[in-house]
Amino acid sequence: MIQPVILWTDALVFLLTAVVLAFALYARRREHLRAPWREVVRSRMAVASLVVLCVYAVTGLLDSVHFRQALEMQEGQVEVQYSGEVTSLLDLLLGPMRSQDEKTYSAPFATRLFTKETVIGPDGEKSRTWPRLKYGGVHLDDPATQKGPDIARRVARAASESMLLMLITGLLLAFLLARKWRQPLLPVLRAMLRGKTDIPWRTALGTILVFVMVIALIVNLSGAYHVLGTDKVGQDVLYQTIKSIRTGLVIGTLTTMIMLPFAVMLGMLAGYFRGWIDDVIQYLYTTLNSIPGVLLIAAAVLMMQVYVANHPEMFETMAERADVRLLFLCLILGITSWTGLCRLLRGETLKLRELDYVQAADAFGVSKFNILMRHLLPNLMHLVLIAVVIDFSGLVLAEAVLSYVGVGVDPTTMSWGNMINRARLEMAREPVVWWSLLAAFTFMFTLVLAANLFSDAVRDAFDPRLRTQR
Amino acid sequence: MLAYLVRRILYALPILIGVNLITFVLFFVVNTPDDMARMHLGMKRVTPEAIEKWKVERGYDRPLLYNRQAEGSGSLTDTIFFDKSVRLFAFDFGASDSGRNIGEDISQRMWPSLAIALPVFLIGLLVYISFAMLLAFFRGSYLDISGVVLCVVLMSISGLFYIIGGQYLFSKILHLVPVSGYEPGWLAWRFVLLPVAIGIFAGIGSSSRWYRTIFLEEINRDYVRTARAKGLPELRLLFRHVLKNAMVPILTGVVVVLPTLFMGNLILESFFGIPGLGAYTIEAIQNQDFAIVRAMVFLGSVLYILGLLLTDLSYTLVDPRIRLS
Repeated sequence: MIQPVILWTDALVFLLTAVVLAFALYARRREHLRAPWREVVRSRMAVASLVVLCVYAVTGLLDSVHFRQALEMQEGQVEVQYSGEVTSLLDLLLGPMRSQDEKTYSAPFATRLFTKETVIGPDGEKSRTWPRLKYGGVHLDDPATQKGPDIARRVARAASESMLLMLITGLLLAFLLARKWRQPLLPVLRAMLRGKTDIPWRTALGTILVFVMVIALIVNLSGAYHVLGTDKVGQDVLYQTIKSIRTGLVIGTLTTMIMLPFAVMLGMLAGYFRGWIDDVIQYLYTTLNSIPGVLLIAAAVLMMQVYVANHPEMFETMAERADVRLLFLCLILGITSWTGLCRLLRGETLKLRELDYVQAADAFGVSKFNILMRHLLPNLMHLVLIAVVIDFSGLVLAEAVLSYVGVGVDPTTMSWGNMINRARLEMAREPVVWWSLLAAFTFMFTLVLAANLFSDAVRDAFDPRLRTQR
Repeated sequence: MLAYLVRRILYALPILIGVNLITFVLFFVVNTPDDMARMHLGMKRVTPEAIEKWKVERGYDRPLLYNRQAEGSGSLTDTIFFDKSVRLFAFDFGASDSGRNIGEDISQRMWPSLAIALPVFLIGLLVYISFAMLLAFFRGSYLDISGVVLCVVLMSISGLFYIIGGQYLFSKILHLVPVSGYEPGWLAWRFVLLPVAIGIFAGIGSSSRWYRTIFLEEINRDYVRTARAKGLPELRLLFRHVLKNAMVPILTGVVVVLPTLFMGNLILESFFGIPGLGAYTIEAIQNQDFAIVRAMVFLGSVLYILGLLLTDLSYTLVDPRIRLS
């Protein structure tokens, strides 16, 4: 028995997914919308980064399906009681990683704790040593000799599993392509393997293979070991980084989604109507722009903290409170970052409104609203899209910095910023605790690099002016 | 020219009032002064008298925006908003909520901030432009492509990584420079060296790539082709013609940040324990000291507006075709 929980950010994430899917369906049948995207997926770099982004997105979506599990029925109890802890679909998939907490730090693949403790031996003698972990490598009798072969065996199994899976996927893909192109299977397969297809399927399959391997490794290893070690309170670091993906994605996407309507509307209005409307909107964004971003965010988050502290009755669970803070952070980040896009759209609208087709529409008596919606907006959308994909990586990086300053996401929310913030002092330890920091940086780097590469491809495809420069 | 300056300064006034209004609304509408007092005095077991005393001491005992009891213009002036804002306009920042003089703090902490921010800015600009020029000179070659790839990789790494990694490598392993701290006077260079180097390095990816596109845009123009057709050597062309013309878009992005250098670099300063304005701001945020945050917001906006003005003025210097009117 479960009770579904829809947090605010969940709802917005689902809405965003629905909008993206709806647009994909809409664009499928319209050649002028398809053409630039087709050019995007022709680039090998873009396809590889798209696969990376998709893997992250699926993880984030799985982590957005939240529910509360029912507690076991006590005797004489009539109504079902639900746990106060909100879990997600991803938590279920990651199962053992979530629950297998050690006492404190342990290195990746360790079988013993990182710190020495006083242990009472079987003969009643006290000794200072590194005690065995509760879960990591507990199935081994003699870790010193058995650990290496055991890990090698698991890696080999993961590799063979993923290879087999990829072989099936590759053949299936070739089969589908062969049917689509009405060609025999073998030449299609050959073209795919040589990278001669229009869409670089070889690159896509290669990137997918890497991720399938990583996932197979995680599945095979994480039940028995802490692949990336554990943190100060003994929680699995790999679990934390995977859970942090959702936070990063939410900040990167919802922020732009929240600010987009304002930026587009105000930018268009200012550019089209000019006069006092333009003055007011310009005043608005100059004012907002002149407040140092970090300070505005800090002030707003501080205010919200006090507000939440004064109104504890509004939030049923910890997760809901943390979620409201995450949403608020998106909102305030959106407020500080809409000005750039607004100015850009204003300038472009000023240019577009003088063009013949807009003048002609005006002369025909098309209403102002229709001119804005049907003639100007579609011609601004490529700028909006480029801005969205470019902003994404910056926002993911900003989250880490803000969490470090103490005005980021809630400390109970798992995020890369919080992980880095906590791990900061671990670098001063002797010997160094490096895994938590490195895990957060690596996961963040992969996402941001993929986003940057993808945004480059999108910009090249959608902005013809930039393309000629290359 | 003078008329232009006066008009710009007059134009800045409503913006500053707007900035003040926004921060004011943020601070006081969600949280009443009572809430703030309670938070500073500790959440529980605070007597109403203690709250009242705290408010009177800091001038929070008046109505927020509109005073119904006062007569005439007093209904607008005898309020917290008017009192706190007018003082800011005279650059009288008053005392922080914990009782320190903010103006004095700022003038003291400005110098360590500048010691970091100015070298990062100047040397950084030089490094970025040289690197971008190098890439533009070898455009289309493998050097250029790998340089751009390097830029993308560098800009995808979190700035925090450079700081933490740099501190670990140079201070902890190699013992070349102290981990953190500051010392006034010329001895400060030992403490400043690493933050400056990291600050420059962290920006190299995005800035160089951006400057490269600006240079390439300029290289494709007709006058460059003409100059090349006349037989001008490529290097001379790049430095005499392209660089000069590319300075216009570069200046737009650069001069705006020039005055805000005073505000210091929040992250670098707090990681390296440098007692500058950035660290001051972070401390204020963490201690929830509203008076300091308000003062810094105001200062930041003034400097930003100054930056916009300087940008316009610098245009007339680099491009004689532009006249201010």
